[in-house]
Amino acid sequence: MKVLVTVKRVIDYNVKVRVKSDNSDVDLANVKMALNPFCEIAVEEAVRLKEAGTASEVVVVSIGPKACQEQIRTALALGADRGIQIETEEAPESLSVAKLLAKVIDEEKPELIIMGKQAIDSDNNQTGQMLAALLDMPQGTFASEVKVEDGKVSVTREVDGGLQTVALNLPAIVTTDLRLNEPRYASLPNIMKAKRKPLDVKTPADLGVEVKAHTKLLKVTPPAERQAGIKVGSVDELVEKLKNEAKVL
Amino acid sequence: MAILVIAEHDNSTLKGATLNAVTAATQMGGDLHVLVAGAGCGAAAEAAAQVAGVSKVLVADAAAYEHQLAENVSKLIAELGKDYSHVVSPATTTGKNVMPRVAALLDVAQVSDITAVESADTFQRPIYAGNAIATVQSLDAIKVITVRGTAFDAAAAEGGSAAVEAVDSVHDAGVSSFVGEEMAVSDRPELTAASVVISGGRGMGNGENFAMLEKVADKLGAAVGASRAAVDAGFVPNDMQVGQTGKIVAPELYIAVGISGAIQHLAGMKDSKIIVAINKDEEAPIFSVADYGLVADLFEAVPELEQKL
Repeated sequence: MKVLVTVKRVIDYNVKVRVKSDNSDVDLANVKMALNPFCEIAVEEAVRLKEAGTASEVVVVSIGPKACQEQIRTALALGADRGIQIETEEAPESLSVAKLLAKVIDEEKPELIIMGKQAIDSDNNQTGQMLAALLDMPQGTFASEVKVEDGKVSVTREVDGGLQTVALNLPAIVTTDLRLNEPRYASLPNIMKAKRKPLDVKTPADLGVEVKAHTKLLKVTPPAERQAGIKVGSVDELVEKLKNEAKVL
Repeated sequence: MAILVIAEHDNSTLKGATLNAVTAATQMGGDLHVLVAGAGCGAAAEAAAQVAGVSKVLVADAAAYEHQLAENVSKLIAELGKDYSHVVSPATTTGKNVMPRVAALLDVAQVSDITAVESADTFQRPIYAGNAIATVQSLDAIKVITVRGTAFDAAAAEGGSAAVEAVDSVHDAGVSSFVGEEMAVSDRPELTAASVVISGGRGMGNGENFAMLEKVADKLGAAVGASRAAVDAGFVPNDMQVGQTGKIVAPELYIAVGISGAIQHLAGMKDSKIIVAINKDEEAPIFSVADYGLVADLFEAVPELEQKL
């Protein structure tokens, strides 16, 4: 079975985000970029399926400027077989991303598509679900366990208050949550090997998709600053303040 | 044009998150309708009809909608949504699962997890885990929106008297099925819904010591969380993680115990109303966001706190 994984280049999760002084967006100049953590979990899951003999090939797709080839190479170093970059200038909106991916999937015909549940930059949590709708496929979002058996995939989902398990006909789309697995580190030999793995570049025009804006970003502002409060000297004083000043007890 | 709010419910009761979404929808203007899609969900529909400000409740009662499978419910909502200016849902795991599918079926964007309504087409939403706030204008004729419950007050659950109308449309995509569920049987509230959260960090030393936090949590009706450092150290499971890559919480009271305050963690809790930090390192960054800081050994302070509550 062929598995397709999507990856997004985002700011490294350890970096403190700063808003530009003109409030037009966040400032990403000279900031360390990395593979989106949820996408990394998706790659790991696909590679494990291949190691278990369930998957025959793992194809990794990323959308963005040339720099996102770096994240494709990271995924290849983790064990994916080949990469596809869809070259776009800026980050297209989720719906356009879903439309581009739908075309790639029409060509590649994977049986399972594994994606991160959200990217830690835009925090939209929507591309996987949109893609599933466009392809009329079932979806298992926020997965903490994925089992492929008897032509179906069983997905345990992290839902508010617990876990839910659904069975999906293949082909299907799975989006990953944190508990699904712990991604490995790429070894140096695998990083070297990844440089020679095939990586195709396509454009939205090749795929016949018009990248369109459905929203307009009016401004980006820093969140309201929290003022540091006071230090209390004892537990007694803390309880007294919480009761009488903050009135939260 | 009217606004359609998708109810969060378990067929028998209407969940509180619906009430926050109703408040957000009210701010967008327009007649307010609520859709209750489920199976044997009459009681939830009756509850929705009582909510202040709702003028009509649509009930789609069919086996295909029992477990809110996204493949089925999204087709129903997209079909009904064509006649509305806004389709609004709480940003619960159900809403997050279903609504982007609805948006794609309607060929429109989804504006996710809004925290403020500026006008009928302009919304604020946190990006980068709340480290920046984006103001976004939707250019689509139908606006598909999910609402962060902690950012809006709950609408009054009583006082309304909406008409209840049955919807006959049944969509069963037949590609997915519900196998089972395992709901946490803790007496404690869920992390994301709790009004008080007490979290432990690496300073807890090990998983057993979290029992101290649980005792405090039991007295306060609080949920127990953890920092990524505590999760990575193997003290507690991943689902307790509060932070950028874990759960985002905004309770009335957040108590951080033995947590230094890495950016990762602050991103997940800094919208809490009151923050308390207990840490023996007085230079810990957590004190820069805490309303009340106590520089103390947590192994003495936490049991004392429990006694004095």
